[in-house]
Amino acid sequence: MAELSWKPATELTGDRKIGQATLSALTPEFITSIAPFDHAAKTIGAVMKSAHGMALPAQGRMTGKAALRCLWTSRGQYFLIGDAPADPALAPHAALSDQSAAWAGFRIAGADCEAVMARLTPIDLRAATFKRGHVARSDFSHMMAIIARSGAQQMDVYVMRSFAKTAEHHLVEAMKSVAARRNSEIVT
Amino acid sequence: MMRVAGRGLIDRETPLGFRFDGREYSGFAGDTLASALLANGVRLVGRSFKYHRPRGILTAGSEEPNALMEIDRNGDITPNVRATVQELHDGLVAHSQNRWPSLSNDLMAVNDLLSPFLGAGFYYKTFMWPSAFWEKLYEPVIRHAAGLGRMRRVHDDTRNEKAFAHCDVLVIGSGPAGLMAALTAARTGVDVILAEQDSDFGGQLLWSGETVAGQPGTEWASDIVRELGAMDNVRLMRRTTVTGAYDGGVYGALERVSQHLATPEADMPAETFWRITTRSAVLAAGAIERPVAFPMNDRPGVMMSSAVQQYLNRFGVLAGKRVAIFANNDGAHRLADDLMAAGATVAGVIDSRADAPRSDAFRVWPGAVVTGTKGRQAIRSVTIRSDGRTFQEEVDCLAMSGGWNPSLHLSCHMNTRPEWSDDIQSFVPRDDAVPGLFAAGAANGDMSTRACLNSGIASAKSALKRIGVTAKAPKSPEAEDRRYVIAPLWEVSNAKGRAWLDFQNDVTTKDVHQAARENMQSVEHMKRYTTQGMATDQGKNSNINALAVLADTTGRSIPETGTTTFRPPYVPVSIAAMGAGGRGKGFAPERFTTSHDLTDQQKAPWIEAGLWYRPSYFPEAGEKTWRESCDREVLMVRNSVGVSDVSTLGKIDIQGPDAARLLDMAYTNMFSTLKTGRVRYGLMLREDGFVMDDGTTARLGDNHYLMTTTTAAAGQVMRHLEFITQCLHPEWDVRIISVTDQWAQFAVAGPRARAVLNGILDKPVEDADFPFMSCGDVAIGGIAGRLYRISFSGELGYEIAVPAGYGESLYALLLAGARAEGGGPYGMEALNVLRIEKGFLTHAEIDGRVTAFDVGMGAMVSPRKDCIGKTASERPGLNGDARCQLVGIRPTGAVKQLTAGAHLFAERAAAVRENSEGWVTSVGYSPVLESYLGLAFLKNGRARHGEKIRLVDHLREVEAICEVSGPVFFDPDGGRARG
Repeated sequence: MAELSWKPATELTGDRKIGQATLSALTPEFITSIAPFDHAAKTIGAVMKSAHGMALPAQGRMTGKAALRCLWTSRGQYFLIGDAPADPALAPHAALSDQSAAWAGFRIAGADCEAVMARLTPIDLRAATFKRGHVARSDFSHMMAIIARSGAQQMDVYVMRSFAKTAEHHLVEAMKSVAARRNSEIVT
Repeated sequence: MMRVAGRGLIDRETPLGFRFDGREYSGFAGDTLASALLANGVRLVGRSFKYHRPRGILTAGSEEPNALMEIDRNGDITPNVRATVQELHDGLVAHSQNRWPSLSNDLMAVNDLLSPFLGAGFYYKTFMWPSAFWEKLYEPVIRHAAGLGRMRRVHDDTRNEKAFAHCDVLVIGSGPAGLMAALTAARTGVDVILAEQDSDFGGQLLWSGETVAGQPGTEWASDIVRELGAMDNVRLMRRTTVTGAYDGGVYGALERVSQHLATPEADMPAETFWRITTRSAVLAAGAIERPVAFPMNDRPGVMMSSAVQQYLNRFGVLAGKRVAIFANNDGAHRLADDLMAAGATVAGVIDSRADAPRSDAFRVWPGAVVTGTKGRQAIRSVTIRSDGRTFQEEVDCLAMSGGWNPSLHLSCHMNTRPEWSDDIQSFVPRDDAVPGLFAAGAANGDMSTRACLNSGIASAKSALKRIGVTAKAPKSPEAEDRRYVIAPLWEVSNAKGRAWLDFQNDVTTKDVHQAARENMQSVEHMKRYTTQGMATDQGKNSNINALAVLADTTGRSIPETGTTTFRPPYVPVSIAAMGAGGRGKGFAPERFTTSHDLTDQQKAPWIEAGLWYRPSYFPEAGEKTWRESCDREVLMVRNSVGVSDVSTLGKIDIQGPDAARLLDMAYTNMFSTLKTGRVRYGLMLREDGFVMDDGTTARLGDNHYLMTTTTAAAGQVMRHLEFITQCLHPEWDVRIISVTDQWAQFAVAGPRARAVLNGILDKPVEDADFPFMSCGDVAIGGIAGRLYRISFSGELGYEIAVPAGYGESLYALLLAGARAEGGGPYGMEALNVLRIEKGFLTHAEIDGRVTAFDVGMGAMVSPRKDCIGKTASERPGLNGDARCQLVGIRPTGAVKQLTAGAHLFAERAAAVRENSEGWVTSVGYSPVLESYLGLAFLKNGRARHGEKIRLVDHLREVEAICEVSGPVFFDPDGGRARG
């Protein structure tokens, strides 16, 4: 019998530390998009709660815990990201699409994570504005991205799988630039 | 040496060596290139643009018009760097520019002798005739003479970056007003960015010698900056010039990041172009001192009064040993005090005001003017007219001050004009000229230090109020509060000789007078006629003076005369900084398929399809041209089997009770009747009735479809569906999402396609249970995939899809399977030939100008339902004999080549535009039919099958006689695909 082997969306392995930022790949086993139907607008919340123990997030937010999170991703659309696919119990209430292979995830952590991101996306990522648990869809070096703050000094970025190399390249370049400024005591 | 012991903020413990025009000099840390040159007694630093007049340093700021240099970093030359902005670093190498063969002996200075002929409007009058001379003679000569500095004719690989910043209050400028504004805002806890174009914060406090709160101004400024720097909510951005004000609270800013460093790290950007988004802003950019137009005021050694003071107090450099001062305001008198304290001789103050203040310490000539200067490459004496008497004074420096112009440029970037203030004889910004921008300090016309401190606080309060924050104002510190006393003086009249207004572009008062005489009386006309204000200093030193002279000449007041338009950027910004990140591969992101690496190993050349990279062809040993590979791949698909990555096609998952309705609305043909497990070809129109895209859609379940789009139009189709679901039918319960990247999908085409598939599928498929245009779930090694029996080649064809993580390994299996069957991979070239043989469409045909009728698919616009573009497609002129219709063409004459883009003409008609009967969209050589084949649009083409037509490609000079046919050349009844 033929056998297929899995290749992650990015070739990035381990942590890549440059200056005060560390880049690593996010490799969730499952990503499912959830788009509740109109007819289930009132029921979907409870179904989600019982199926996954979390609410559907408000606009620009995420719910859940590190192992499985639900991110708002656009008008009437959410991504369930983590160690489980969307429960089939959701299927009558929402359009579910497997996106597990469709997105490449990156995590930028460290004191300079905001400075690195400020070179790649126009959105306001100040800690007071874009807090832990906040999610945004925006431009990321000319790629459409999902950007989330997963920690005080930690950002998660997802781009479409085919963009993975470009995204990694831009991230590394921004990290180098920020690190060089740090080394020369120039404000980042 | 002209250094004064004990003065200035330079670090005398850190000497720095540098070179200018090949000579070694030394300066200190904290110097600019300009201050270091002055300290070394270098007076002549450049040549003017037009007359190649010898020029010296005029100012100490970013407005410098004369001291433009090339900075040479190991042969990497940046031209037009202002020496007043370039900080000195060890090993700095600078060259003067716009001179030949050398700065002191510039042969182009012959232009100066010709100046009577080169006045305003010279170009317009001289180069009009004979008209044929323009391109051949005038333009090359002018281009050769024009331009400052040299460009390396190589790729600029300097690293630059762009970045975004966000804050609540942006404070532009860090003089007393800016510092107080920043402090007021910062203490409320809001996020503050303080942007300062200089290398140090403090503005005029760095050199004016004023005291604030009983402390020397420099110390007070350091204390405030220290306090600001300790706050988490404050970001101090030095060397950052705010260059433009834009909509929505967005400001552009240029940061000079590493040009002040001798050996910047490799990854350090030279400059960063910032986009700062703020909720409100304070404009505290200070003011720029303006020159006075008197004869020969451009001689090296004639400097702005504030510049002389700045070089002395900030850099410890005396600009001259015997200095005269020519002014129309009190400020210049304070310079005389400073100069004397530093040990220089003050030859006297020539004050145009009859009631000028007197001094016991130095001579004052009240009601006097300077009527000329002497000296070859540096000033030696000034000619003074006082009490009807004209005499000369020996000097080596003349400081001049015609008053101050507020730096209000940013307030005009949204097209508001400033208003005239008689008090300060200059323009001041209007309130709310840029929404949320509040002017403060000298930029607002507040001319004393105390007034600046106060208005800094007040404007910060206004800025805070706008964003709903109430500030507890800090106490305004004590500082000088002298009245700014000034009497207008723009031009010294009744004096012989040229008097410069615009030093950089060599515009004199004579030019402005002449422009006015020739009826260029609008300030906008005068500016363009004389080129005043059109050099890299953008008229910062000359605008107000020039329009005052124009007003005087035309007998109007200055406010009546008006101003020209200030536009971004406030200072020159290199294109490299604005376009940072866009070089090379930064130009556009790259999208790679899962088969990319394996394809690369096969040395397939890439072609771009949108952002995607797809293989053009797969060269094999011995193949010398792409055609050989392409022919082989076409025959391979027709005779055995080929594999091609088709993942780049857009895939849109459509689910919901109204999914079928959405498809019926989007496509011209019916999809609600499609049975589950079946696939249908569909055509989509734009709202204007023209064809937008085509593709196949599979029905995966009752309420579940998967649409495919062409590679290039995936985004457009998605937007189209969003338009329908958001705008036309928001009541429909349907959800759409792209799954393009989720699925790696491969076409397996050819008579042996099924054999290849069955070699890897867990359960083999048979023809009968998987007929043409069907789809279903399959498994490969237990991994769930999808199979579609569709064909873009006309052969027995399948497309198999698996989650993209398995894409590479599926591709490897399919390739091995195909090779075992005598097949292999095929690229876009072969794919194109295969589809041309079959008359299938791509965007070469559906290019946005053709209708369903044109492509022969009029019948696909279902009469049983509505769809987007249906009504518009029925408009007169979009159907019928007059339309160019899709046909096939094949060469029948001596020339066997066809070219895409060629036009079609009747056999004997002249090949001119009026006779064109159509055009060729795609061509390819068919190794199966052993002929070039083309698809074309031909007027009334479907009625002309069998006719002869002449193809003419005017660009490639190809002419061929062709026979018109239907667009399907190969297997017209489709038996091969149906199996």
